[in-house]
Amino acid sequence: MERKTKVNAQDGKQDLTITREFDLPVELLFKAHAEPEIIEQVMTNPYTTAKLLKFEAKKHGSYQLESSDAQGKVVFSANGTIHEFKPNKKIIRTFEMENTPFGVQLEVYEFEALSDNSSKLNMHVIYESAAQRDEVLKLPFAQGISMAHDRLQEIVSKLK
Amino acid sequence: MNLRRDVFQAIADPTRRAILLLLTSQSMTAGAIASNFDTARPTVSKHLQILTECELLKQEQSGREIHYHLNPQKMKEIAAFIEPFRKMWDERFNKLETIMKQYKSK
Repeated sequence: MERKTKVNAQDGKQDLTITREFDLPVELLFKAHAEPEIIEQVMTNPYTTAKLLKFEAKKHGSYQLESSDAQGKVVFSANGTIHEFKPNKKIIRTFEMENTPFGVQLEVYEFEALSDNSSKLNMHVIYESAAQRDEVLKLPFAQGISMAHDRLQEIVSKLK
Repeated sequence: MNLRRDVFQAIADPTRRAILLLLTSQSMTAGAIASNFDTARPTVSKHLQILTECELLKQEQSGREIHYHLNPQKMKEIAAFIEPFRKMWDERFNKLETIMKQYKSK
């Protein structure tokens, strides 16, 4: 299978880049980052529902996102401020996961039209330190392990 | 290059990630590892074989038993940790693309 999304994280650096090409006009790619309802849809998964409590798509604006599980318990919250918001071109914002030790990251999104029907997103993410970047990188790996572990415990407790 | 892909394959599977987790605190025999899982013993052996082949695990003979332990050098390779991160973004972007394609046709 082709790897459409590329992550480049050099050893010892405190930043990384994420690039991805889309079969979408650049206007639609940008819209997916600018319309609260669409952002909520993208961030919602089978386990949690995402909600934007606040979303001001403009310079000096800010946003607040919350994800809740099926019981309505908030399991994830994040916020940030918007530093630049140029339609179909660029978004610069900060991102902070609340109640975590991961600090604040600076995110630069660049939107590029490749043709009438294809586009590219370049993300540059800068962390407070190289160590912090590596912690964030390991997060999905750790979550995968913890989910597998939870499932294991579930199975084991059923056996008892 | 082949080896790189093997590491990704190794950690793509939740059972194999759980095996790695089990072995973070101690080395264990195949039997002891398998007793933690609800899957058939040969399946666990297959997982152990894959993890050993890509050098995430090392085997150590002690008497008549073979103990498995983590190869910290290999685990430290950041490439192994990047793949789930990349996959998370890939899935998010795939979803975005699907949603926007529907949006376009509306």
